[in-house]
Amino acid sequence: MGAVDKKSVLVVVRRSPYGSSLARASLDVALAAAAFEQPLRLLFMGDGVLQLLAKQESEAIGVKNIGRLLTSLPLYDIERVYVDAAAATRYGIDLSNAPVTTQALDGPGIHQLMTDCDHVLGF
Amino acid sequence: MIYSLLVLSCPTSGNCTQTAAAFAQCVIARGHSIHRVFFLDAGTYTGAAAAVFPQDEADRIKPWLELAQQHAVELILCISSALKRGMLDQSEARRYEKQASTVHPAFTISGLGQLVDACANSDRLITFGG
Repeated sequence: MGAVDKKSVLVVVRRSPYGSSLARASLDVALAAAAFEQPLRLLFMGDGVLQLLAKQESEAIGVKNIGRLLTSLPLYDIERVYVDAAAATRYGIDLSNAPVTTQALDGPGIHQLMTDCDHVLGF
Repeated sequence: MIYSLLVLSCPTSGNCTQTAAAFAQCVIARGHSIHRVFFLDAGTYTGAAAAVFPQDEADRIKPWLELAQQHAVELILCISSALKRGMLDQSEARRYEKQASTVHPAFTISGLGQLVDACANSDRLITFGG
């Protein structure tokens, strides 16, 4: 990669974990950006907060476990992980038991986060 | 200004990929440049060389071939998305011992690093579909 610049990237995850292949693809993009040492932030929004459910057992449907992948984010130095607080409440997600530590944001907080990043990749 | 595009949706579902190609033409017509178009997930079907469209429907691959031929726009298919969908260029077809390549030669199969690079080297990255 011939990157000279570093641009801050926000990956917005809006897919439920096992409803479409884009759920996994968005996380793969995040991991790739981290592997190339790009400043990366991750935001779980809307249906995407379902990825934060504890004790996912996807093996029964023959799909890789997204919850387990999320536990590995700190190993890739992805530590700025945010969640849409209203969506988490709506879906009854227990963030204290989520596979990854997140910072909950309200509407204005999400707006500010998107404004702060050079690129927003929405999935 | 330097633009890159990320295309996520399948070319045969809706018209998102056609919108993306039209957007790219407009960007160039306005004097900007397209650094790269990266096709991810179902977007990788855009490179299907053997797709045949009914006469009364738009050819979904033609606008991309025009961009590549007229403006040397780089068209990249994400390798992990492409392979599992049977989208193989000649070298991947050889590597996996498949009978034929299925990707049009105007498209290149490569890794997600190309998307990361596009982010780093573009002023704007526009996502289509998903």
